[in-house]
Amino acid sequence: MRYLPLTATDRQQMLEKIGVRHVDELFKDIPNDVLNPEIDLPRHKSEMEVERYLSRMAAKNTAAGSVPFFVGAGAYKHHVPATVDHMIQRGEFLTAYTPYQPEIAQGTLQYIFEFQTQVAQLTGMDVANASMYDGSTGCSEAVMMARRVTRKKKAILAGSLHAHYASVVETTTQFTDDVIERLAPNPAAPEAELQAAIDAIDADTSCVVFQNPGVFGSVLDLRPLAEKAHENKALLIVVVTEVMSLGLIESPGEMGADIVVGEGQSIGNGLNFGGPYLGLFATNQKYVRQMPGRLCGETVDADGTRGFVLTLSTREQHIRREKATSNICTNSGLCALAFTIHMTLLGEKGLRGVSLANHKAAVDLRNALSAVDGVEVLNSSFFNEFSVKLSKDAATVVDALADKGILAGVPASRLYPGGGLDDVLILAATETVSADDIEALAAGLKEVL
Amino acid sequence: MSMNNQGRPTSAGAASENTDFESFSGHKGLRLAEPLIFELGSTETTGVDVPEVGEFELAIGGLDRKNPIGCPGLPEPDAVRHYTRLSRRNYGIDMGVFPLGSCTMKHNPRLNEKMARLPGFGDIHPLQPKSTVRGAMQLMDELSHWLCTLTGMPAVALSPKAGAHGELCGVMAIRSALEARGDAREVILCPESAHGTNPATAAFCGYKVKAIPAKDNGRVDLEALKEALDDTVAAVMLTNPNTCGLFENEIREIADAIHAAGAFFYCDGANFNAIMGKARPGDLGVDAMHFNLHKTFSTPHGGGGPGSGPVVFSDALKAHVPVPFVVKTEEGFDFVEDADDKSMGRLVAYHGQMGMYVRALSYMLSHGSDGIRQAAEDAVLNANYVLASLGDVMTASFEGPCMHEALFDDRFLKDTGVTTLDFAKAMIDEGYHPMTMYFPLVVHGAMLIEPTESESKFNMDQFITSMRGLAGEAKGGNVERFSGAPYHAPWKRLDETLAARKPVLRYTTED
Amino acid sequence: MIKFTEEHEWLEVDGDVATVGITDYAQNALGDVVFVELPEVGATYEKGDEVAVVESVKAASEVYAPLAGEITEVNEALEGEPALVNSAAMDGGWFFKIKIADKGELDDMMDETAYAEFVEGL
Repeated sequence: MRYLPLTATDRQQMLEKIGVRHVDELFKDIPNDVLNPEIDLPRHKSEMEVERYLSRMAAKNTAAGSVPFFVGAGAYKHHVPATVDHMIQRGEFLTAYTPYQPEIAQGTLQYIFEFQTQVAQLTGMDVANASMYDGSTGCSEAVMMARRVTRKKKAILAGSLHAHYASVVETTTQFTDDVIERLAPNPAAPEAELQAAIDAIDADTSCVVFQNPGVFGSVLDLRPLAEKAHENKALLIVVVTEVMSLGLIESPGEMGADIVVGEGQSIGNGLNFGGPYLGLFATNQKYVRQMPGRLCGETVDADGTRGFVLTLSTREQHIRREKATSNICTNSGLCALAFTIHMTLLGEKGLRGVSLANHKAAVDLRNALSAVDGVEVLNSSFFNEFSVKLSKDAATVVDALADKGILAGVPASRLYPGGGLDDVLILAATETVSADDIEALAAGLKEVL
Repeated sequence: MSMNNQGRPTSAGAASENTDFESFSGHKGLRLAEPLIFELGSTETTGVDVPEVGEFELAIGGLDRKNPIGCPGLPEPDAVRHYTRLSRRNYGIDMGVFPLGSCTMKHNPRLNEKMARLPGFGDIHPLQPKSTVRGAMQLMDELSHWLCTLTGMPAVALSPKAGAHGELCGVMAIRSALEARGDAREVILCPESAHGTNPATAAFCGYKVKAIPAKDNGRVDLEALKEALDDTVAAVMLTNPNTCGLFENEIREIADAIHAAGAFFYCDGANFNAIMGKARPGDLGVDAMHFNLHKTFSTPHGGGGPGSGPVVFSDALKAHVPVPFVVKTEEGFDFVEDADDKSMGRLVAYHGQMGMYVRALSYMLSHGSDGIRQAAEDAVLNANYVLASLGDVMTASFEGPCMHEALFDDRFLKDTGVTTLDFAKAMIDEGYHPMTMYFPLVVHGAMLIEPTESESKFNMDQFITSMRGLAGEAKGGNVERFSGAPYHAPWKRLDETLAARKPVLRYTTED
Repeated sequence: MIKFTEEHEWLEVDGDVATVGITDYAQNALGDVVFVELPEVGATYEKGDEVAVVESVKAASEVYAPLAGEITEVNEALEGEPALVNSAAMDGGWFFKIKIADKGELDDMMDETAYAEFVEGL
């Protein structure tokens, strides 16, 4: 077996050193009648065989890059420079552990420090952590953090919040006495969605969670929401599932957010069928000690040389055990590395440029689809994603277009089954979408509608 | 003959005494200094192609970002250098023995990386039509089959994103099941040696945590456990093999006692590497167990994630698994994405860590049932070889045999002036990543060594030679070798007190 | 009058207000203190309630209310300079002042000599 270095002779010599005759003597604590069970699984395969087997499986899937592709709703197809994937596969990054031995982990620690800074700059906040599992789990962590800060129990989830995110919050808080008030989505009237969130805030509210751009794509000014939240000593949590939007749109920090949660996949990371991704988590200085997750901070070594360490770790589970701020004990290290490398390649100039190209693609798509009978664009504002009302069931339309080799978007009913949104389709257009793709989609829609 | 004497000198030359100079560049040969990107780049620079879009009317509600963002860019050559230079400050499995107990730092096969990057896996969207992702569903189904077969358990939830997240999933299933039968219970029992995530998870799910004592042999005190078990106990969370590297030899009696009290048995599967293919938790009475795919099944640790923490469940709990999950249908496979009233709900957006599923299945297919058992045996053999080879110079905490990791404590350092931390840092000078230290908490100055099955006998012998040498130096009174260690690492010990007292968590220009 | 508890807290009583801190023994055992989480002024506590948290690099410890009462003042200097707990545990490193609800609760506490003996016995 190619990954196992010990030879039969090695094993024999080692058993002799240990003083046993057979390896199973080392397993003597396992009840004898369950030791070495029959395992009904195939025997080992060569590298070539595994590659062939898995490649055939992969070939049954339609890769985003192979077709006109308009699927978004929280995960986006962007071009990632070849440099990113090459650098994250360097063994010193790929096969390192969490940097608990800072003398031999400054590579990881410095990029985390750089990452934290980039995320803080993007979100317009003071500080960011080393990343969370993904945007959705980050969102539930933010709700719990707001409770710790405000000592109040009621969280309001706006209708603009991705349905999965709202479900994750509900699931993870179901055994606490938190009260989660989930407002209805309203793709046709985003301003009403915002107003409903404002109206829902009262003195008992710990936080209001608003996604911007919303799950249906609308971009709103959240200042009135921040104002109402702060009047009631509640926190405004802004969720950003399309982090590329921050190159074009005012940051949540500028709009008054207290916590910003983001899905960072769009920068540096592929679609990967939903994971691994990375959660961005940023807040203001005064809440740092209530923040979950790992944090990297600057310090000096015994020679006075600048270096970095994981810090404020007393908030974490390995020290506080049942009093920890969260049970989380990992970040999404390699995904954060991919993010920070891509950000470094982009820089502010590149980010603004690519961000603008995303918006342009979406504007072109809107213009093309507006001319198709049976399609009504619902958004007046959007970044790279918007919603349309179709004259037919959206899921049926998407399936029909998939048969034609076009991946047309996410039917709202996939996220809100039974929510009365069967005719709503959410479409994304990133910088990867070409004029031909848009033409193909418009033509396809004319055929199936 | 021609007398060409233009060539360069080839002798080594005289060694200089005076090598303690600063270079003009700040570099030290191959140890290249590297500032922060904020000190290197500018916001005018970019390393990507910026698309030209021309004039058009924005539709972002007048909310365009006017203030500078401040993120500098680097051109591609400099970006490659920046991250290459940073990488060289890290230690990884690719560089040497990484005996970090309870973390299972085994070799990360590059085939796994290649497979995860096939466009059919890496470039598919979680919400694209199910008809276009049949291969992905097949992969998830096949991974589930392997995990269930290896554990002898009937059901699995793949979506948890890491071990601690898997624990959360497991304990939530337990609470869901108890609530479904109208049985409100308040307490979860954890041994004192438990990993910190166990009590954190239990508390998170609204349970009080009570500790179970251990016996002198490092195992759970069965009698004390029985005494603590009553109808207020929801579950017992046990790691097996436990955090002392030992198999709980009374596991059956423990499981029976738990079930007799109407409670559930949660097994922390962090150490499953020792028993995969050798024993099935399902045969031992376990109700739920999470895996760490990044430990047992070789997906990369990546400097702190991403992980993946699927959980297997017994019949008693399987109705409560989170959505989404794959089911077999007449046409092949389908996803169940919406929770019924028994399911605990949804733990993550989308389907979990697909990239890790591919890597783990690639590992399993490569090993096969025979290779998996062999890997467990080799991991246990290597750990026992360490125990047998160091037992006379260091102090083993418990009598062997151990499972996949060997636990030592600091009794052998008594009165030497050398601490466990010092000893660990001296290992860095030897070219090794230190073992896990000060965990588990049940022994003083713990040193937990897990070599994994990836190490050859040659590597093991070299490592043992270093460890014996260090133990000898410590006992021989050479405190200096330890007190300032590491001396050969790129950085000396870092000041964690300063970092915590005056936290600087981002770069700012005011500094 | 200065009093001590078995939880290694000291109280200096002035009228019906006690200034509370942790003892020199405690700060020494904790190591370098990096952060102190203080209660809110005006909050009331029962004896034994968790009032404050003191963190060193590697550990976090709870500080319990030595007696029932209302917080009248907290030592804001600790926010910027937690090291005061180490350098001046019995003095500038005080945590909070509490208005004593029941002076009878002082009776069970140790005086300086008794505390010294108590620590000796640990």
